[in-house]
Amino acid sequence: MQKLVVIGAGMASGRMLEHLFEADPDAYEVTLFNAEPRGNYNRIMLSPVLSGEKSFEEIVTHDDAWYAANKVTTRFGEAVTGIDRARKVVIGANGEVPYDKLVIATGSAPFIIPCPGHKLPGVVAYRDLEDTNAMVEASARPGAQAVVIGGGLLGLEAAAGLRLRGMEVTVLHLMGHLMERQLDEAAGYLLQKDLERRGIKVICRASTKEIRGTDRVEEVLLEDGTELPADIVVMAVGIRPAVQLGKDAGLEMGRAIVVDASLRTSDPDIYAVGECVEYQGNLFGLVAPLYDQAKVLAKSLLGQEDTFKVRQLSTKLKVTGCDLFSAGDFADGPTREDIVFRDPARGVYKRLVLEDDALVGAVFYGDTADSNWFFGLIQSGEDVSAMRDTLIFGPAYQGGAAADPLSAVAALPPEAEICGCNGVCKGTIVGAIAGGATDLGALRASTKASASCGSCTGLVEQVLSVTLGDAYAAPRAQPICTCCELTHEDVRLLIKSKELKSQPAVWQELGWKTPNGCHVCRPAVNFYLLADWPLEYQDDLQSRFVNERKHANIQKDGTFSVMPRMWGGITNPAELRAIADAAEKYKVPTVKVTGGQRIDLLGVKSEDLPYIWRDLNAAGMVSGHAYSKGLRTVKTCVGTDHCRFGTQDSTGLGIKLEKILWGSWTPHKVKLAVSGCPRNCAEATCKDVGIVCVDSGYQVGVAGAAGMDLKETERLADVASEQEAIDLTVAFIQLYRENAKYLDRPYKWVKKVGLDWVKARVVDDLAERARLVAAFELSQTVYRKDPWAEHAAEQTDRYTPIADLTLEAAE
Amino acid sequence: MNWIDIGAVEDIPLRGARLLKTHAGCIAVFRTAEAEVFAASNSCPHKGGPLADGIVHGQKVTCPLHNWVFDLNTGEAQGADTGRIAVYPVQLENGRILVDLSAAEQRSAA
Repeated sequence: MQKLVVIGAGMASGRMLEHLFEADPDAYEVTLFNAEPRGNYNRIMLSPVLSGEKSFEEIVTHDDAWYAANKVTTRFGEAVTGIDRARKVVIGANGEVPYDKLVIATGSAPFIIPCPGHKLPGVVAYRDLEDTNAMVEASARPGAQAVVIGGGLLGLEAAAGLRLRGMEVTVLHLMGHLMERQLDEAAGYLLQKDLERRGIKVICRASTKEIRGTDRVEEVLLEDGTELPADIVVMAVGIRPAVQLGKDAGLEMGRAIVVDASLRTSDPDIYAVGECVEYQGNLFGLVAPLYDQAKVLAKSLLGQEDTFKVRQLSTKLKVTGCDLFSAGDFADGPTREDIVFRDPARGVYKRLVLEDDALVGAVFYGDTADSNWFFGLIQSGEDVSAMRDTLIFGPAYQGGAAADPLSAVAALPPEAEICGCNGVCKGTIVGAIAGGATDLGALRASTKASASCGSCTGLVEQVLSVTLGDAYAAPRAQPICTCCELTHEDVRLLIKSKELKSQPAVWQELGWKTPNGCHVCRPAVNFYLLADWPLEYQDDLQSRFVNERKHANIQKDGTFSVMPRMWGGITNPAELRAIADAAEKYKVPTVKVTGGQRIDLLGVKSEDLPYIWRDLNAAGMVSGHAYSKGLRTVKTCVGTDHCRFGTQDSTGLGIKLEKILWGSWTPHKVKLAVSGCPRNCAEATCKDVGIVCVDSGYQVGVAGAAGMDLKETERLADVASEQEAIDLTVAFIQLYRENAKYLDRPYKWVKKVGLDWVKARVVDDLAERARLVAAFELSQTVYRKDPWAEHAAEQTDRYTPIADLTLEAAE
Repeated sequence: MNWIDIGAVEDIPLRGARLLKTHAGCIAVFRTAEAEVFAASNSCPHKGGPLADGIVHGQKVTCPLHNWVFDLNTGEAQGADTGRIAVYPVQLENGRILVDLSAAEQRSAA
């Protein structure tokens, strides 16, 4: 058997070995050197490891078992010191290995700015697991600060990961805008704004003068005199091919090791692959061309003909929430024309560059949904003059196709590339699906589509969906937590169908792996049980988050806030007097008027809670449930009582709704509003349920949001009478209680099930509406009560110490 | 050992906790099962969250502020978080909870 020696166990050589063993497992006896003390892992997934979204084990491509199965002799952690071409041996630190064929895959080394202090401990590159671990370690210190030098792909992924770890992060970039090689100025600006919104500070045109510190890095000094304190400095300013071995061996060199289209160097028995090669003057840093090279090299080693071609590349940034895409060439030029689309409110920027009626470059920020279609046009170079007027709006506007999100994928030609990392086109995926790979896992195994950076997972799923139609079952959602293997939806169904009416029944029947759950599943299961079995199941306070257990909101110093209900935002002098008295009596440090039209008393001690409640109860007030996953407030405007524009009694309707709904538990908090006219002073159109009164009656909207997301309500129905408006509201909330996942606000739940599904049950099916209203009322016979009064009377123990040993000792 | 009777086991809700005030600071006394109790520092080492207000599960408690989880046997933070809370000897005798605070008092005297 011929002897093959490979120097470097990175992604390119790893992929080459896979192709080689697949084609002919017995062609070579392989020895693999690696300077890192481990085998091949998916280096582009270090970002999720840094941010904590993945563990290192999850990104290992080849483990010991794989090397053993393929009879690879591994020499990991051992440096190669030379190549003797005359004797055909590789010289390792622990001895020589003879070769018949040699592959150099030494990759690249990070470029380190040779400024004073660059060798201090705490200055790292972002290249391998050791660097990543150093960053994770630095982030563990409270209040730790990081400086990332370099605002390119790698630097920004490092910055985002460190920020997710809780560090204060500053990115220094030498050029005028971020990612200047992939983005133009406008897109760079949007990216910078998005990063700053995430708490990452960006300084452009920043030139590093010196890194200071005694034992380790302490601060970074810029040329303009700015001093930035730093616990860690990450240099991500670029890479250069690691080619010393090739150079010393006397191979033909350019900027890297020169190879021909079969990846052969100037020595016919030596090949090179990956970031250390130069082909036709090009260097390579992204993974897609490296995988192309790996495929060609495997064939070359087996004596088969194949040639490596340089192709167009596209880039996506793997930072959650920053959607950007760039491809092709977008430099200005006299023969080039731009088409630009901006939507400042949504932070969307799209730019197409045309030359000779063909698309040559594209930059998208904020909306990259159609990027593959545009990338296809760049690669094919086809004449786009016929659709030039509507080109920037994407494939949905070419030929009047429907706005179905799947139609864009359905319209892609078979040769359109879906997975950029692995160069997998749609046709290959469709072929694999026909061959029996009918889920994501099987497709990854057979085609590698979405198996590297994973950013095309959604597209691959859409291809599955388009190809299989209804036969495609969407991938299983995540289990609730590590205590069980069931999703929220499964648990809800099983609680109903198996009639499980206690938490121990759920743990036992549904195979919980922990004795009594955890802080994630216990509150969810408690809610599902009380929603489905209001009479049989008793609410378990110990399965509630502290706020719901103590009926007050915990503050960062361990004190609580107390907020009495003000029905529909209406109060009176007696109530205000009682609130003022309570605030004085219990030395409340902060009294705050809230956005929900009531008054919050902040900074109350735990042991005072039952007493302040008793005082407020005495003045006729009850808990405002400002702490619960339940009905919060019904915000109103003054309506016909006082307002010259009011069309209905919005205050009266708000009070009625609040009196019906209060005390109910829901999957997440529920906020309502009723506005007396379309001027909408109660801001009803961003609530979970928002009613806008008009002359002809009531417009009932649902599924709005004004928190993490901002979303206008969608119209459930227009009705003529107040009673119908109330019934629709109650039925909608009960349907939400019966079906939504715990901690999904109504807008998220409606997005999952679809508004039409909700309308069919709440609006169209009158029998179902009546059932929902009755079911809600049944539950309310248990829960429409004041927990403050109950706790103040019976449960004061909960709020006081079990014993106070400081008193005894004082006697 | 200096065992102090602080109350009956039923005084603490099942899978709940009560505070114990001492000269050395507040201690949380947890009831993890019908007849199983633990005593530990009430203050989370992360941001000082009151652990007696956390959700008790298995022989662990989750801090109500930022969901750090502590093993009540060792006091060690679980998972990716690193930190430790002081734990104190505690035993049940005829339904009464006895704690030994000599370690806590030494700590405060030191």
